[in-house]
Amino acid sequence: MTNEPPVSTKIDAADSGQASDAPDAPQDRIKDGINVAHLQRLARLALEPDQAQAAQADLHNIVAMIDAMQAVPTDGVEPLTHPLETPARLRPDRVTEVVDREAFQSVAPAADAGFYLVPKVIE
Amino acid sequence: MQGFQNIQSLAAGLRAGDFSSVELTQALLARIGELDGAVNAFINVTEDAALNGAKQADAELAKGTAGPLCGIPIAHKDLFCTAGELTTCASKMLANFTAPYSATVVDKLQQAGMVMLGKTNMDEFAMGSSNETSHFGPCHNPWDLSRVPGGSSGGSAAAVAAGFAPVATGTDTGGSIRQPAAYCGVSGIKPTYGRVSRYGMVAFASSLDQAGVFGRDVNDLALVLGAMSGFDARDSTSSEQADPWLEGLSDNPDLNISEPAKGTIGLPVEYFTDLSVGSAELEAVRLQLEGMGYRCVDVSLPHTDAAIPAYYVIAGAEASTNLSRYDGVRFGHRCEDPQSLEDLYERSRGEGFGGEVKRRILTGTYALSVGYYDAYYVKAQKVRRLIQQDFLTAFTKVDLILAPVAPTTAFAIGGVQDPVSMYQQDKFTIPASLAGLPAMSLPCGMHEGLPLGLQLIAPHFHERQLLECGARYQQQSDWHTQQPQVRA
Amino acid sequence: MNWEPVIGLEIHVQLNTDSKIFSAASTAFGAEPNTQACAVDLGLPGVLPVLNYGAVRKAVTFGLAIGAQINKRSIFDRKNYFYPDLPKGYQISQFEEPIVGAGKIRLHGSDAKAGNSTAERWINITRAHLEEDAGKSTHDLYSSSTAIDLNRTGTPLLEVVSEPELTSAAEAADYFRQMHALVRYLRICDGNLAEGSMRCDANVSVRPAGQVELGERSEIKNINSFRFVERAIEVEIQRQIDILEAGGRVERDTRLYDPDKNETRSMRSKELSNDYRYFPDPDLLPLEITQAFIDEVAAELPELAEARQARYEAEHGLSEYDAAWLTKDPDIAEYFEVTTNTSQDAKLSANWLMGDMSAALNRDDIEIAQAPVSAQQLGQLIARIKDGTISGKIAKGLFENLWQAKETNLDASAVDAMIAEQGLEQVSDTGELSNIINTLVADNPDQVAQFRAGKDKVLGFFVGQVMKATQGKANPKTVNELLRAALSE
Repeated sequence: MTNEPPVSTKIDAADSGQASDAPDAPQDRIKDGINVAHLQRLARLALEPDQAQAAQADLHNIVAMIDAMQAVPTDGVEPLTHPLETPARLRPDRVTEVVDREAFQSVAPAADAGFYLVPKVIE
Repeated sequence: MQGFQNIQSLAAGLRAGDFSSVELTQALLARIGELDGAVNAFINVTEDAALNGAKQADAELAKGTAGPLCGIPIAHKDLFCTAGELTTCASKMLANFTAPYSATVVDKLQQAGMVMLGKTNMDEFAMGSSNETSHFGPCHNPWDLSRVPGGSSGGSAAAVAAGFAPVATGTDTGGSIRQPAAYCGVSGIKPTYGRVSRYGMVAFASSLDQAGVFGRDVNDLALVLGAMSGFDARDSTSSEQADPWLEGLSDNPDLNISEPAKGTIGLPVEYFTDLSVGSAELEAVRLQLEGMGYRCVDVSLPHTDAAIPAYYVIAGAEASTNLSRYDGVRFGHRCEDPQSLEDLYERSRGEGFGGEVKRRILTGTYALSVGYYDAYYVKAQKVRRLIQQDFLTAFTKVDLILAPVAPTTAFAIGGVQDPVSMYQQDKFTIPASLAGLPAMSLPCGMHEGLPLGLQLIAPHFHERQLLECGARYQQQSDWHTQQPQVRA
Repeated sequence: MNWEPVIGLEIHVQLNTDSKIFSAASTAFGAEPNTQACAVDLGLPGVLPVLNYGAVRKAVTFGLAIGAQINKRSIFDRKNYFYPDLPKGYQISQFEEPIVGAGKIRLHGSDAKAGNSTAERWINITRAHLEEDAGKSTHDLYSSSTAIDLNRTGTPLLEVVSEPELTSAAEAADYFRQMHALVRYLRICDGNLAEGSMRCDANVSVRPAGQVELGERSEIKNINSFRFVERAIEVEIQRQIDILEAGGRVERDTRLYDPDKNETRSMRSKELSNDYRYFPDPDLLPLEITQAFIDEVAAELPELAEARQARYEAEHGLSEYDAAWLTKDPDIAEYFEVTTNTSQDAKLSANWLMGDMSAALNRDDIEIAQAPVSAQQLGQLIARIKDGTISGKIAKGLFENLWQAKETNLDASAVDAMIAEQGLEQVSDTGELSNIINTLVADNPDQVAQFRAGKDKVLGFFVGQVMKATQGKANPKTVNELLRAALSE
């Protein structure tokens, strides 16, 4: 296994939803590389340049490790999203929460007049 | 020394008037004060809360109606929210965070009269197998301070091993209770997914996270587990399946193991091939179990090798979005002087999270991305079903499964640098996590001066079989009574 | 070239539950900022969502009302994106398996005045799914900060997605109106557009008439009034036509409607967040709905507009136009039914509602729910016309007096009290009226002669004089009879 970061290509960000056009073979994905910059954008995660370089190599290795599961035949297998496949339990429509804004905002980095504040957003 | 007594003997001491809960608490706080500089098991020692709790417990004890856990000190992993005390998740992101509420687990144990000593060290956001990713520095293994205690609940395991607390809570997502229990030579149990409420437990991977407990012996695990488990309407994934036996345990601490053992224990062949460390010790365990009356047979869990890949996709995917709420807006770390909203997000998260957390977020983001979802996330969920199916098939033939906990004993701090190698630490614990099964780790030997653990896995909601088997084993072994010499 | 617009709407209906969809905090509108956002709504560490039964029930109610398949199993997914009014960094929504499948809704015709029923027109609804609302960002409160209020966070939304079948701005507005009426008939949404209880996103494209393929579309976000839906779509259609006619290409984008400038403009802030990374929320289990539950909800479905309209026509003999007018809004229909119940005269009740009541509501720009004259009062007023206690003319004045008095007593008794207090009873006493008439006949010999010469119109003069003498309270029918008798002598 090499630690050389592969050449990254842009991930196709289609308009919405999970495209059914899953990429071809795992080897191709590895070869095509992982666009760490794009993932960082999606995850809103700043990385120093050297961290980004290391992340590229690490992700390459992690994804290669993960791709071992591609060899397992899973045709006709239902995905298991939850260990106990029980249905949702519903809550009666009643207001029981008492909101203590002061307590909640005592841990806020920036709040004023009951509002949370963030740098001005231009829509 | 009180630090190494089990709950039963401490409870007896409290009732006999040998010491009060306040005295017991003071003794443990003193031991922590003396030795935790070297171990670093605690992120935060909650001395005032501990002494107040102990005072109240003494008052309860004086009435004569208190339960067996009343006045017994406990340490909580620092991802259980505790109203009025910091909850950091060993992250810079939450270094100054105090939740305005307590986790259901914390509430329940407090109601049982237990006394919180403090919040224990862990891998950041429970992501790690060595406790080295903590923002507050690594925790050291009490058996050898140059080694890791395991992770992610390393601080809790180390606290029990070092005689700082008789019991400690932990959480297990892919082995985070069982592996540190094995590395620190203590007992630890992760119950069935859904047994214990996740409310107030900071989420790593929601479909895998499950709270459990560390203790000196199986009896202590049963007592505390009985008090902390049960349905909670605030957690949609909390199971409504009641287990009167389990919930009654904290009132009636004795496990009924006087009758001869019966049942079959399966040894999965996939777990024993290439097992370098511990195969001889587990063979000895097998013989002991057969001596008690259990029948031991080989079973196969054919999809075992796919467990780590599936786990890192599922846990990564869930974690990547569970951790989106740490955005520097309502709580947690915010970067200095953000220039824009995007700058606020990217720098706050970039500064607040450590390297391993970032790796998992990026991995999970990748697995969920457009065009990769089916190949990774859906594929992993299908593999997950196959792994669960392996266990369910095995449990048609056997009552319990005996397996190793980890591939090695505690390794040196800094000894495993590569993330993918580190992920191999959990290869024996992850399958039961993916399947949501109850599993337990018990000390079963020493290898070059370091503890070794055995793992028992039971079908869903069969904690009773697990605990009774473990208690029988500890009746006939003394590995769990061994103590490290901790030096400041 | 002839251009054909194609429009699809996504309407977000706030369900009127007491508590939020995943937390037990209140959904009440207008509280102080962040006083109705609990730990779950704020996305604090360790807290968990639990689904509200009320939201599920209302979604099923809606599905049944549009004749849709109710999915016995539906899944809540996480839609991941960062925005400060989205505390968890993801919105819990339903992506691949929504609770409500395909259904349809009937339009009333593009004429804004309902009742001119043209050919029946049905719009297909693709799906409806449950999700949580986001909070609110205010950008103009601070000079360098955006202020975040998370009270609205977690309010249950039913997102209703139409097929791209609407062909004009007016038709889209009509669809929005029909949806508004429907959710209010079902009592699943308060329908308060000003408070944002219903907002819609419009997908708009144009294509050359006759072309099968759709043109590139743009999405106009967050429109919250009937008028703006129509105007926003109209200007967007024109914008696209202008681009195409100039030989350009329409770019797919997300736009906002600016009512002041009456234009749509591109939302640059939305450009980055296209990969939502939907996946099933591991904190929530699949929602499973039994047939028994569906049957129970179906049995309790209220009577909807169309059924009511048919009933009003059959039971009360109202015209199609009147029946349609009365049933276009559930509050008007309810009002009408109470009025009729008290007055025992559907036709008169309908006339009053469509006449004086409607005019007064328009004049004061209020909804019928805020009308100062209650349905019982209007019914009683009509009953008093019918039993001859007051004249129709007096009744109009009485209605206005009641309206202006803004009585706190909305009971029917207020009508009789005001009649007595103001002495509005009709004079039907023949003795009293005969005296007045005899005097008039004696005092106006010229007019009497004209009448007797066959000039029937003169009767009106005498009626007017009697009314003047009785301050309008004389019973016109009695006056007529007595006058004819007196003049014919």
